Amino acid sequence: MYSQKVMDHFLHPRNVGQVEHANGVGEVGNPTCGDIMHIEIEVKNEIIQDIRFRTFGCAAAIATSSMVTEMVKGKTLEEAEKITNRTVAEALDGLPPVKMHCSNLAADALHAAIRSYHEGLKDSSEQ
Amino acid sequence: MKSIYMDHSATTPVDPEVFNAMIPYYTDAYGNASSVHFQGRKAARAVEESREKVAALIGARPSEIIFTCGGTEADNQAIITYMINNRSKGNHIITSAIEHHAVLHTCEFLAKHGFELTILPVNSYGEVEPDSLRSALRPNTALVSIMHANNEIGTIEPIQELAGIAHEAGAVFHTDAVQAVGKIPVNVDELGVDLLSASGHKLYGPKGVGCLYVKKGIRIGSFMHGGGHERNLRPGTVNVPGVVGFGKAAELARQRLSTEGAHLANLAKRLTDGILEAIPNTRLTGHPERRLPGSVNVCFDYVEGESILLMLDSYGIMASSGSACTSGALDPSHVLLAIGLSHETAHGSLRLTMGKDNTMEEVDYVLQVLPPIIKNLRVMSPLGQ
Repeated sequence: MYSQKVMDHFLHPRNVGQVEHANGVGEVGNPTCGDIMHIEIEVKNEIIQDIRFRTFGCAAAIATSSMVTEMVKGKTLEEAEKITNRTVAEALDGLPPVKMHCSNLAADALHAAIRSYHEGLKDSSEQ
Repeated sequence: MKSIYMDHSATTPVDPEVFNAMIPYYTDAYGNASSVHFQGRKAARAVEESREKVAALIGARPSEIIFTCGGTEADNQAIITYMINNRSKGNHIITSAIEHHAVLHTCEFLAKHGFELTILPVNSYGEVEPDSLRSALRPNTALVSIMHANNEIGTIEPIQELAGIAHEAGAVFHTDAVQAVGKIPVNVDELGVDLLSASGHKLYGPKGVGCLYVKKGIRIGSFMHGGGHERNLRPGTVNVPGVVGFGKAAELARQRLSTEGAHLANLAKRLTDGILEAIPNTRLTGHPERRLPGSVNVCFDYVEGESILLMLDSYGIMASSGSACTSGALDPSHVLLAIGLSHETAHGSLRLTMGKDNTMEEVDYVLQVLPPIIKNLRVMSPLGQ
């Protein structure tokens, strides 16, 4: 059902937890449908220095979360913004069709975290 | 790696004795049970002997057993053909919210075709309350179909009482006893049921064979058309090896029922107590006592079922879950929602159903492996922190 890469990221997830000095936080999904992805980032000089996730969901949800953190750690925000749910799934050698829709939201959570970082900058510059 | 199978409500391995009984009917006694020649007679005799064994397991007469290709077919045939052959008795069906889809979707199919349907709610243990059935019965209620024991949460329904209530109102009673037969004593006369479905592969028999008990005098019809097999009620060449396997499995189940039940109840108690003790924010679903022996269904807050299953699988432990992710649906199990659990809680369900070959050592291994799995998944979860 799942690729070896999915199982590897599911059984050995990378970057689980919270970022101590996070300046961007994103969360997508809801508990009713069974998937919530929460991503925290620390951005310095437009580069994602640290990124960690916490996810409630199935193996696909956990694996995509883990994969997205690995894909963008150390990358610029511009590079991170180019990542989509589809490229995350591709990096995992694909997901079962039924999982593409409901459990493949990790890039959305990442983008939400980047948005929150931008909003935070805006808020602090306004003050 | 260990291989610990705790998904016996899904299916059971074929007992070697059962398999050995089946083998000759593939190669040596290969006849069509409808043929008049020697091979045919041999096959027919084996089918009738099996019918006696299956009948004996549920306290029926052999002539009241129709072999089908499984529990789902038996459910479909019972409900659909009873309703369309007894229109003069009414067009209202009553069932419950926790039925297997073989019953629930069949009733909904009939509702789409002009029949009236009432789906009874259940209490938090998953029991159909007798009063709720009483108030749902109407003069035109022809059939009530309530399962004997639930496949997910293990709750045993008060069938005797419910059947009595249905009969008082003039309705016929069907029970899907697929999970009960072979695991707890089932006697059609004591239960007072008119129609009962059972399946071979839930009691160490082969897949692809089941039966429908039809009480003498109850009129059902053929579901398919094209032959006079099974007293004109189930056309198609009889699956002789399958039926022989089902018969053997029924015979063994009858012999083993009491000892096996006690063994399973011991395993389930240890497993349930161990899980509830070691893992906080966990609840047992289903009735604490009136439940199938060997069936444990728990819900863990803040984690999702498929993740639990795959983690367990990586340790060689095979179980199942009512989480949406495991069914390919968007909603978690209709049974868990019907007993009042939130979507969130239902997503964290784990079902461990044990069988005759499971041991205390295996239970202890699960108790050693499961708590850290839940703990790790909770560390990973944004909920409940």
